[in-house]
Amino acid sequence: MELVPILSAMRRNKVGAIIIVVQMAVTLAILCNALFIIEQRIAWSERPTGADERNVFVIINQWVGDPTNLPALLQADLAGLRALPGVIDAFASNSFLLSNGGWSYGVDLMPDQKESTAQAARYFTDEHGLQSLGLKLIAGRNFNADEIADLFGVNDQTPAVSVIITKALAEKLFPGKSALGQSVWIANHAANIIGIVDRLQVPWVDPSVAKFSDYSILEPFRYVASGLYYIVRTQPGQLEAVLKAAEKELFDLNRERVLGKSRSLTEARVEAYKDDRGLAVILGVVCAALLVITAFGIVGLTSYWVAQRRRQIGIRRALGATRHAIVRYFQTENLLIAGAGAAIGVALALSLNLWMVNAFAMQRLHGSYPLVGAIVVLILGQAAVLWPALKAASIPPELATRAA
Amino acid sequence: MFSYYLNLALRSLKRNVVLTMLMIAAIGVGIGASMTTLTIFRAMAADPIPNKSRQLFAVQIDNWGPSKSGVQTPDDKLQQQVSYTDAMGLMNAHAALRQTVMYSTGFALSPPNPNLRPFQVPARATYMDFFPMFEVPFRFGTPWTREDDEGRAPVAVISRELNDKVFGGANSVGKTLNLDKHDYRVVGVLDRWQPVPKFYDLNNNQYGEIEQAFIPFTRAIENQMTTWGNNNCSRDAVAPGWEGHLHSECVWFQFWAELPTAADAERYRYVLNNYAAEQQRLGRFHWAAHTRLRDVREWLADQHVVTDEARILVLVSFSFLLVCLLNAMGLMLAKIMGRAGDIGVRRALGANRRAIFGQCLIEAGVIGFAGGLVGLALTAAGLLGLRALLSEQTTRLTHLGFWEVGITVGTAVIATTLAGLYPTWRAAHIQPAWQLKAQ
Repeated sequence: MELVPILSAMRRNKVGAIIIVVQMAVTLAILCNALFIIEQRIAWSERPTGADERNVFVIINQWVGDPTNLPALLQADLAGLRALPGVIDAFASNSFLLSNGGWSYGVDLMPDQKESTAQAARYFTDEHGLQSLGLKLIAGRNFNADEIADLFGVNDQTPAVSVIITKALAEKLFPGKSALGQSVWIANHAANIIGIVDRLQVPWVDPSVAKFSDYSILEPFRYVASGLYYIVRTQPGQLEAVLKAAEKELFDLNRERVLGKSRSLTEARVEAYKDDRGLAVILGVVCAALLVITAFGIVGLTSYWVAQRRRQIGIRRALGATRHAIVRYFQTENLLIAGAGAAIGVALALSLNLWMVNAFAMQRLHGSYPLVGAIVVLILGQAAVLWPALKAASIPPELATRAA
Repeated sequence: MFSYYLNLALRSLKRNVVLTMLMIAAIGVGIGASMTTLTIFRAMAADPIPNKSRQLFAVQIDNWGPSKSGVQTPDDKLQQQVSYTDAMGLMNAHAALRQTVMYSTGFALSPPNPNLRPFQVPARATYMDFFPMFEVPFRFGTPWTREDDEGRAPVAVISRELNDKVFGGANSVGKTLNLDKHDYRVVGVLDRWQPVPKFYDLNNNQYGEIEQAFIPFTRAIENQMTTWGNNNCSRDAVAPGWEGHLHSECVWFQFWAELPTAADAERYRYVLNNYAAEQQRLGRFHWAAHTRLRDVREWLADQHVVTDEARILVLVSFSFLLVCLLNAMGLMLAKIMGRAGDIGVRRALGANRRAIFGQCLIEAGVIGFAGGLVGLALTAAGLLGLRALLSEQTTRLTHLGFWEVGITVGTAVIATTLAGLYPTWRAAHIQPAWQLKAQ
């Protein structure tokens, strides 16, 4: 075709072509990796907790001083909360979903094990916990009321005799067989698995917990401590009203307390992943700006080439080249440049990702990203070149006959 | 000559407004993006206590031994915090100029006015050395005394913010605060103090606010105040109750030492190692002494205070700047080559290559300066946008200081001038004869 004249023209404009190639390559490399990070962060921030998030809220409660009758105060609070209209159920716990702070321990399969089989988050609950969070029990049973003991604060080391664990933890501990009825060892005490819930996330939201983010254990304790969480589930659509009523109820029961910022699980999710979402948005904006800048660069340089070659284009037109042929000339030229840019860009994207895998805790880039990126860059080039190419095509043939 | 070239540059830029605007916009956007992320990065990587960061040391002792954590960690990754036993052992060694063990805790404060509801006060339990060690500024009063430390005195130093809230900003030294139903006497009120990052305790909230109340460590332990911070236990059994937890191998204390000279630090390393070896001899540690002493900068690096996210953003935005500069370079090339005729005439009239070179370079510099100003505006807008996007603790890092302004404009001018070097060089090598002939 017309590759030979294109290449020889390009040889005369080497630097301009190289600038566009490098621009496109870097654009592609950033685009792939940024899109990959965005996709991962969004996926991470959207993982389900396992709870009925729309209808669950949490109240952070702290007693003033160290009241002596804590168990009675706690029972009164719980009874008050459960009696509120619109409340499905409520319980008290040491830890709370999406709070980014909580307790964990190693879980073993036998006593005196050297390395734990799994790390898991601890949630204390009475028999109301499953209902209050809206967890789905997929095997076994819930705790009975007579199994629930009081656990007094952080320093109480009472071991749990029976536990409910998540499906993910069950599969990790007993791959390929039923975990129900099996024993696990926690701090050298055996506990019997009486139930399995479909899903319950650990309270931490940092990507570093990815390897155990669904390993949670529910222990049959009423958490009696000066600082604790009340977790309440409401009838659909009544969360706002019930939350206000619940805070009022607690202060009516006893004024000697401090309530932290109460919030729904939906709000907690927004807060917990704010930086992840922010990173995604920033990278998105940079990607968009990058594409625009690269496109304008192509428009600018190609327009310049068109201006430089006005006479030659006129001559070509006079010698019989159609407008279409002129447009195709610039499109082919751009395709060659963009193709070189895309090829280098794919290599650059993969090596950038490889470096990030080593330098940061990053995953390997999925093969589809460079592919999509290359297509985007090629389309971008074609779109950007269209306007200058059309302008070139509109150069009248009689230009060739006029003196310069 | 400079002003003449400047004049020429401005005229030349005015001749092709669209191209000029495009170049300025490209540089502005690139500079804006990279300076926004760089500002955050610089704030994260900042030295929170520049004149003492080489004299303050965080202490780490391996009291768990290999593979006791229950989770696999690389060998030299020591626990971030120390146990009560080790903290007390080191306090009693008195081997540093100043030293303190501390932990994060808190109170419910009952205001003097009974109609107001009690509220939460995050607090830090520490020794009086904390204040001179970390150069904490006082508005009223002083730290408590050594006798207060020994006597477990119910005294408190409060933050300026808490003083404003409870005492309306007046000098509250000598007044009492009701903290969890115990009376504490205020001995000092801090002035504004916010180390970023909060290096002395990086748990929970690295860029968070400082505590609102400080009380003697000995008092907090006597009152069995639980930690509000991070608490990590090994797989060793923990005896029940407060005493059991306190004397267990659980780590929840930060330990800092002030060692003014390198010799002091060396001696302290020796003391620290001896202490761990002694624990091995006593049968508490079943492994060779494994300790670390890191100054503030080493500590922040070790604790990865600058997040991977910040590094990635800086990387991405500087690659973006590179693209923008290449862009401007291409456009500059186009512009200069488009003016080859003019340059040919100037050369024929006697301008030498240096003059052309200087003239074009100044033109590039002008574009860079304008791009820098646009970039500055975009950086300010970018930081404002980030404040809305990111969590409250991260927004503490979005301040545009004098230095950032300088760096922004400076980078723009220098980078654009560098990008202009090649087009300028091409301009200087335009053959006057050839150009004149073509006309």
